[in-house]
Formats: sequence, C-alpha cells, structure tokens
Amino acid sequence: MALRLPRVGTAQIGALALILAANWVVSPQFFDIRLQDGRLFGSLIDVLNRGAPVALLSLGMVLVIAMRGIDLSVGAVMAISGAIAASLADSHSLPVVLAAALGAGLLCGLWNGFLVAVLGIQPIVATLILMVAGRGIAQLITEGRIVTFTSPDLAFLGGGSVLGVPTPIVLALAMLALTLAVVRGTALGLMIEASGGNPRASALAGIGTRLITLAVYVWSGLCAALAGIVAAADILGADANNAGLWLELDAILAVVIGGTSLFGGRFSIILAVVGALIIQAMNTGILLSGLPPETNLVVKAVVVLAVLLAQSPRLGAHLAGLRVLFGPRKA
Amino acid sequence: MIRSLARLMPVLATTAVFLAGFLLCSLVYPNFASMRVVMNLMTDNAFLGIVAVGMTFVIISGGIDLSVGSVIGFTTVFLALAIERWGVPPLMAFALILIICAAFGACMGAVIQYFELPAFIVTLAGMFLARGVSFLLSTESIPINADLYAHLSDHAIRFGTGARLTVPAMIMLAVVIGGMVLLHLTRFGANVYALGGSRAATALMGINVPRTTVLIYTLSSVLAGLSGIVFSLYTSSGYSLSAVGVELDAIAAVVIGGTLLSGGYGFVFGSFVGVLIQGLIQTYISFDGSLSSWWAKIATGLLLFAFIAFQQITLHLARRPARRSGRPSPPPPAAIAQGVARP
Amino acid sequence: MPLTDDAPLLSLAGFSKSFAGFVALDRVDFTLRAGEIHALLGENGAGKSTLIKTMTGVVTRDAGTMRLNGAEIAPRSAEEAVKAGIATVYQEVNLAPNLSVAQNLFLGRQPTRFGLVREREMRRRAAALLTEFGLAIDVSSPLESYSVAIQHIVAIARAVDQSARVLILDEPTASLDAHEVEVLFAVLRQLQARGIGIVFVTHFLDQVYAICDRITVLRNGRLAGTAPIADLPRLDLVRLMLGRELSEATAKRPPHVESAARTPVATFAAFGKEGQVAPFDLTLRAGHVVGLAGLLGSGRTETVRLVFGAEKADCGTAEVDGRRVAIGSPREAMRLRFGYCPEERKTEGIVADLTVRENIVLALQAQRGALAPLPRREQDEIAAKFIRLLDIRPPDPERPIGLLSGGNQQKALLARWLATSPRLLILDEPTRGIDVGAHAEIIALIRSLCAEGMALLVVSSELEEIVTYADEVIVLRDRAHVARLSGDAVDVPAILAAIADAPSAPAARHA
Repeated sequence: MALRLPRVGTAQIGALALILAANWVVSPQFFDIRLQDGRLFGSLIDVLNRGAPVALLSLGMVLVIAMRGIDLSVGAVMAISGAIAASLADSHSLPVVLAAALGAGLLCGLWNGFLVAVLGIQPIVATLILMVAGRGIAQLITEGRIVTFTSPDLAFLGGGSVLGVPTPIVLALAMLALTLAVVRGTALGLMIEASGGNPRASALAGIGTRLITLAVYVWSGLCAALAGIVAAADILGADANNAGLWLELDAILAVVIGGTSLFGGRFSIILAVVGALIIQAMNTGILLSGLPPETNLVVKAVVVLAVLLAQSPRLGAHLAGLRVLFGPRKA
Repeated sequence: MIRSLARLMPVLATTAVFLAGFLLCSLVYPNFASMRVVMNLMTDNAFLGIVAVGMTFVIISGGIDLSVGSVIGFTTVFLALAIERWGVPPLMAFALILIICAAFGACMGAVIQYFELPAFIVTLAGMFLARGVSFLLSTESIPINADLYAHLSDHAIRFGTGARLTVPAMIMLAVVIGGMVLLHLTRFGANVYALGGSRAATALMGINVPRTTVLIYTLSSVLAGLSGIVFSLYTSSGYSLSAVGVELDAIAAVVIGGTLLSGGYGFVFGSFVGVLIQGLIQTYISFDGSLSSWWAKIATGLLLFAFIAFQQITLHLARRPARRSGRPSPPPPAAIAQGVARP
Repeated sequence: MPLTDDAPLLSLAGFSKSFAGFVALDRVDFTLRAGEIHALLGENGAGKSTLIKTMTGVVTRDAGTMRLNGAEIAPRSAEEAVKAGIATVYQEVNLAPNLSVAQNLFLGRQPTRFGLVREREMRRRAAALLTEFGLAIDVSSPLESYSVAIQHIVAIARAVDQSARVLILDEPTASLDAHEVEVLFAVLRQLQARGIGIVFVTHFLDQVYAICDRITVLRNGRLAGTAPIADLPRLDLVRLMLGRELSEATAKRPPHVESAARTPVATFAAFGKEGQVAPFDLTLRAGHVVGLAGLLGSGRTETVRLVFGAEKADCGTAEVDGRRVAIGSPREAMRLRFGYCPEERKTEGIVADLTVRENIVLALQAQRGALAPLPRREQDEIAAKFIRLLDIRPPDPERPIGLLSGGNQQKALLARWLATSPRLLILDEPTRGIDVGAHAEIIALIRSLCAEGMALLVVSSELEEIVTYADEVIVLRDRAHVARLSGDAVDVPAILAAIADAPSAPAARHA
C-alpha cells in the first residue's frame, strides 16, 4: 500500500529553484533587485507580485480540494469583487469598499457551500453555476463597461508598497499567515484532512463534516474576493470580462503541483503557494526568454499532464492496494 | 408508460420553457415570431449545437470535456493557415483537421481510462494544450477568402421573407439527428448510458469499457472540430481566441436540456433545445436593444440552477422508496405470475 | 436431470490465494453437480468472496485447477467466465440501473439491423425471456423502477440466457423480503430443473434449509466441511461455521456479579429501526460487558449503530442516567460520552493518510471542537501514553496509520476512544483480522476497562472469546434479539444453540 508520507516539499521547492535558475540563465539580471522610489523592483519581485492573485486563490482552493471538492467559480468571484471595489472606490472610503467586495466573496462562498454541503450537489456542478452566472453579475455591476477609478487608497493595494515590498505580496503573505493561523492554529486543518481522507470515519469520530465543507467554500470565496480586489487595484479598474479569466484553472493547477491530491486528504497550504509561484515563474521565464508568450499555455498543459501522470502510478498502486484490502470481505 | 413519461419529464420541461420563452418574446415583439428569427437562431448557434451533441455523449457517460472551446479555436486557426498560407484545398483541410481532432480526443480518452484520472482535469490539460497550440500557430485573426467559403455562405435554402436555412444550420441539424440515432438506436449509445449508470457493472456485463471511453472522447473532439469548421464558415476567419468559454455554454445547454451531470440520463434533443434556449435569450436581448449581454449569462446561470435543483429533488424523491431492506410483506412486486406456484 | 456423483459439473481443486501475506484461501476443494443448489457458507473473512472471485477470474488465484464438464478452464475476467459458462449475480445487482430492462438483458448483444438496435425485436425477446421466469413486466421501463427482487431475476435471466451452466448467487437475498425470496426461489428451482448448477451464498440459515441440496462451509480460508443438507443439522452447521468444538467451550469466566447491582449507564426500550433491527430492550451498566452474538447479517452491527446514533432509530426510547435522550448522530452520542469502534476498520475507522497521533486524538478533538485545538505537546503526551499502554507498534506516533498492521490499527482506534474517557464503549468485532498476540491484549484490555467501571457493548463472532469477558450475551437472529443469556448461563453451547434456534437451548427466550 503506497501511502503518502508527510510531505516535505523537496520536489516542489526543487522545481521552483530549477525554474528560477533557468530564468537566470535566459536573463542574467533575473535576480537583480533594486530599490527605486522606496519600492523594490526586479524580475524576482515581479514573479512574486504577479503570482499574488493565483497564490491568494490557491489558499482557498487547497482547502476545498482537501475536502474532496473543487471551486470553479473563483475566477468569476474575482470579477465580482473587482467590479464592486472599482465601482465604489471613488465614492466610498476604503474600509467600506473592502467590506463590500469581501462581503460579496463571502456570499458567493456561502452559496457554493450551501449547494455542496446542504443540497448535496457535486462540487463541479455546484460551482459551475456561479462560474457561468458570476461573470454576468460582475458585468451587471460594471454595466458592461470597464470601470476605472482614481482612488489612491484602493490603488495602493495594487501598486503601492509597504517597506519597499509591493502591496500584493504583503497582502498575499498576510492572507497566507491568516490561513495558516486559522487552519493550522486550530484543529480545523486536522478535521479537513480527516474528513477529506475518510469522510465516513470522520463522521463516526464526531466531526461535523457539513459545517467544515461550508467553511472551506466560504474561505475560498473570501480569498477569491481579495484576489479580485488586488487585480482591480493593479489595473486601476475592473474588466468584468477578463478579470480572473481562467485563473480558477491556475489555482487548481497550483494546488495539484503543491502535492495535494484531487481525491482529498492531506494538504499543504505553503506548497500550494509554492505551486502558484512555480506557475508564475514559468510565465515570467517564458516572457524573459523571448519565446512568444503564447508558449505559456502549452507549457502549462505539459506541466499538468506531467504532474498528473507522476501522481497516477501512485494512484494506481493505491487503488490496487485498496482492492486487495477490501477484496476478500463483505460488508 | 407512465415511467417512460417520467423519464422524458426534463426534456419536456426544457421544451416547455423554450416554447413559453418564444411565446413571451413574440408577445413583446410582434415581428419576433417569424421563420427568419427561427432560422437565424439556428445559424447563429449552429457551432454550439454541434459541440453540445458531443458534450451530451460525454456527460451521459459520466464524464466532462472542458477542451471543446479550445478545439474549436484551434480548428479555425488551423483551417485559416492551411487554406490561406499553406495552400491546402479547403475540403482536404477539413478532413485533416477532423483527423487531428479525432487523435486528440482519443488521447484524452485513453489518459482518462488508463490512468484513472478525473476527466475534468485531463480535458483541462487538453484545453490548455489546444489553446496554446493555436496561439503558437498565430495570434492574429486571419480572414479566409477561399471560394468554397464564399460559395458555402451563399448557399442556403430560402423560405419566403428572408428566412434562410444556411449550411451551418443544416450541418447542425444533421449532427443533432445523427447524434440522436447514434445515442438512442445503436449498441454504442446503449453502452454510453450504461457507463453513466454504473461503470463497474458495465465492465462486469462484458462491455469493452476502455474502447467505449476512448470513442466517446474521440466523438466529442471530432464534433468540436466540425463545430470549428462551421465557426470558420460563419466568421470566414480563423482566430486563436475564438470560442473562448464555449465549453461552459455547451455544458449549460446539456444540463438545461435535462441531462444529469452525474451521468446516465439525458437526450440529444434536450441539448438541442438547451442551445435554442440560450440562443433565444441572446436574440431577446438583441431585440430589446437596451438590455445588455451580461443578462444572458445571469439568465443561463439561473436556468442552470433551476434545472440542477430540479434534478436534485427528483433524485431524492426517486431514491427514497428504493431504500428498503428486509421489510415484511410490502405489496407484491408488479405482476409476478404463475412461476411462484411450486412443488 | 439425473445427478451423478462421478461427473460433477464444476470441480475446483486446491484453490489458494494470499493477499500481501494474508492467506485468504488455503487449498480449497469444491464440487458442484448439475441441477444442484449448493450453499456456500462462512463468517466474515472465511473466504467465500475470494473463492467466488478466483472462480470467476476477477482475482487471479495462486494455485488450483478448475474443471467445467471435465474440461479445464481458467477464465481471467468476469467476461471470460461468462463465455465459459459461469455467471455471477451479486448482492449489489451489477446491471445498469438507468437502462431499460430489455437493454440490460441484451446489452452488448442487442439484435441489430444495419447497425441499429431493433428495439421492438429486443423487447419481444426480453419479454419472452422473462416470461420463462414467471415475470410479466414492462421491459421498456428502467431497471431501477423495479424492486431488488426483480432486478435480481433480470440479472439471473441475463446470465442464464448467455448459456450459463453454473450460476453463482452472492447473497442475493440480503435485501429481499419474505415474498420476494419466495419468488426468487421459484426461479432457482426452475433453473435447477433445467440442470443448471447453482452456488448460493447467504447468511440466512432458514433459506439454506429451504432450498439447498448440499452445503460447503469455509472457515478462515479453509474448507471446514461439505455435506448433503440432511446430514448437517442446524446446530452442527453453526458449530462448523463458528469453528468451535463444544468440549473447548469451558473457558474460564470471571466471577459473576449480579447485574442488577450495577448502576445502569444507558437503557434502551423498544429501540429499533425498520429494515435494520427489530425493536429491542437493552440495559448497559457500569463495569458490565454485554456481548452481542449471532451470525453475519443477524443485526449485531445494526444494533450498535443505532445505539451510537450512526443510524437514527425510528422507534423506542433511550435513557441515560435516568433522563430521556435523543441519539440522532454520533456527535450526540459522544456528548453522552459514548464511543464506537466500527467493524469496518479501513472504511469507517482509520484515516489512512493521517499519523497514529492524529488518528488517536481525532475523536477527542472533535469533542472539544475545532476552535479548541489540543496543544501539540498534549497530543504528543496522549499519543505516547496510549502507544505505551496498548503497546502499539512500531511506537512511532508520526507514522501514517495505514502503514501499521491491522492489530495495531485496532489498538490505535481503541486509543482514539479511550482518549475521550467514555462511559460506554461499543466495540464491533474488535479482534477481527488481527494477529493472535494483539487478540489476547485486546481481550485483556476489555477486562481491565470493565474493571475500571466502564460499560461495554461488544459484538463478536468469536464465541470462545465472548464468554470469557461478557457478563451477559444477547443472541441475534434474522435482525432481531432472540435470546438473552446472563451469569452462569453464558457458555458456548448455549449461544450456539440459540443461534441455531435448536429447541434444546437452555436460553431464556424473550420478545
């Protein structure tokens, strides 16, 4: 029986190092970091900065996937929260803007969680609804236009910096710390891993699986909303059509690269973020190498396939092991 | 008979929704109820109708295919390049692209089958790959000026006042009818349903599950390729960003058409009506003029939710009486005849 | 068709199979005659399923030969077995529930013309085929719209129509009511008359005596015996299945203390659930072990799942400390300080990927709630304490529990509940599938927990063991509590007699 030992993430960190090294080969000034106008600049900073939205999404997605779920709606939720933030930015104070945008994310998460945990709809289907309708809702908010804003407060969240570090990075780190605190600082993490790993056993051990399911979708909605705010703040506007487009797929990919199985159970929040950085480092590397940026998707496809196939023999052995264990007995 | 009717319920509901919608539109806009509008509805949604047929097979078998939109995009780019740059005769290019798509679908099906991976993630990789390759081929929109294209877009069956049954619409109708025959009248079709009903049982009944799975995804990709051909006829161009998100529209059409996303139940005709409903919403919005296109997405989302909730409720109701075991003397099962009397 | 002893329809010789060192089948011989209904019996883990799977090629055997009509065959898949003439119908009907009855009967071999299925012809043939089995139903309706009994008959019809000579029925009656069983039996007798050999796996002894010609009993992967039905009275059969000689049965029992003298922890009155177990009365007392005995499927597991709230009772009352309580979920049961180690250790007990420590603290943590995490130091202490106390090996709290042996997994599950300091601990087959050493340790543990004043409710097929620790044994048969033995009346012969429903049983019958 092939069991996953507690992961150390050498593979992921190795892959990230390798890609960064490759980036350095194609662009020798890759690791150069300079301070300009009180803000750090450089390709490495760029990777972190641009990787922030997907990293944020992966923080929620990793929990959802660990519960044997999936959240296809995060891209649409990004569009909604971005649209709200951009629409309100010039007329309301930042706390109000943030509360409204994050509140929308919370509601979206509650909706998804309700469909999955209470109505018992399979996660792909349940979150598909918001994936389709969410973008329409975002366009409804922006009335189909690209809403721009000038509020320096909101703009700061995308383009500003704290002690030289670009704000998106700070926000992603803060959210990472918060997620770690909420999940690993409480027993929630253990309960998620137990419920995702063996829902029946966990229910018999007294774990309230339904509530946890609801919670992870809510968290995913919140993370997506924050990612949407950052994305809108970055471009000083909201484009309901393109904000967060396909990012749900990047987030799923980041989680899978981070070694969390699509079949639930053990998860690593930090490695999911590393996964997001790997994806962004590849994007940046392709850009720097002068290859057409279009190569990106092909590379991504190859990476997805490689990761999946690498997981698959384990999966095959796992299933074979289960068959052996459960074969010769009856309920 | 009543049971068969219950099976048809979702399709009937979908059809009723379409007819009611059409009636409503006609009441609001008197010139809506015309042959011309109906024909345009078919032409404008022909490419979606074709992929929806393939998607119906995939979903009934218990899978999903997220790659179809990208395959359409890839097909249009490939055709534009092949015809305009490489000088391949259009018909030859059509044949080539269908073969490429078939191989692509077969590969996805094989990976899903032999590596026991979830269909959605494999076809997601396929989506990236197809879109990425079309980006690599070209990022600009390439007009197609071949004579055949001009000829095909002129060709249409006309009915009176400007109503034209165009080539794309004809192809879609042919695919819908072909799909209905294949799904409902052949052994392959029965196997598709069986897979969605119970994969393990299908294998135990001696059905070649790997072959069926590969064929299903091949079919879906080939129809996506055909849809791409139609799309390129419709737009007379090839563009790598075309048909983004069509997979979602197709899935939505299939679900609205009454097919169960968890597999096992559904009809090609339902998906066809699902496509028409989506087209109807678009047409209504363009008739209105003041409504914006995003209402289409919201309306589609609402319909999706309504149909999924409806399915969930029916499933719950259907399962409840099935939960029985070892209870004393329920009414004897329907019509058990003579055989019971024993020595 | 004449039965001839010298020419069996199907004969198996020396069938063996091991899974990762565990011997599931050990040189089993088996013969089936044409026109015979042959019961294949045995408790959980006796090897029935493995025998069937090796016969039908679903699992490859390590050794052994199989002859059908004298010719050696070696099917490598269910499909090949069907082609050879051996068809299997499982308890979970293996047909596509969403397809019509006719499609199910002819899937993969529908009559076609120009590649199109001749729907009307297929329906005609389907109706004709089912008529042979005395079934007149609408074959165009989906299979799932019919009762399980009809689904079974459809599955049998499909199998027989594919020229089956041997039909294996794996617990086909587990979810049927009396009338449906009669209908199924009528079909079986008809097939018997046609000369088809039928292997009938069941755990309902009444049915065995009602329809079978011969019985083969497996025990711990070995052939325990084969005999014509007339030569094997019920009591002998039960003894053969449970594998105990009556002479061994005088095991040492702890000195008996009058039950009524102990404080009741929980009292259940007319507690039950339709389709699961008939209403029963049960009193669980501190420092008192109640054992549940009975054959597989007799309602033992169903009883304890009701007590723990894993299934919700639909009648009766529960009282804890004299107060009426509702036990609607495991969480509510845990609030009453109940604990439950389920029988299905892998699917309902352990979380294989998690470490031993995490598995041990799981229930305690669930009890405290997510927001009151056990500090890591405390978790380590709890894990270390129970690893030491129960001698869990290897003594590494950070090892994924899936890598441990069955016995050590079982101990870790016990630790999970002991960590919550329960007042009532429910153990479902606590010694199944674990090695002898761990066996003895778990029994010793049960005794010491009892001595500390915990109330215990233990399900076990090991009668030998049950009499050594139980103050009271309740015997179940056909999903009902049929006898209660207490004090000196608890001994193996009495339990066996009650299970077999032999009139000689000195057991006090009740409701």
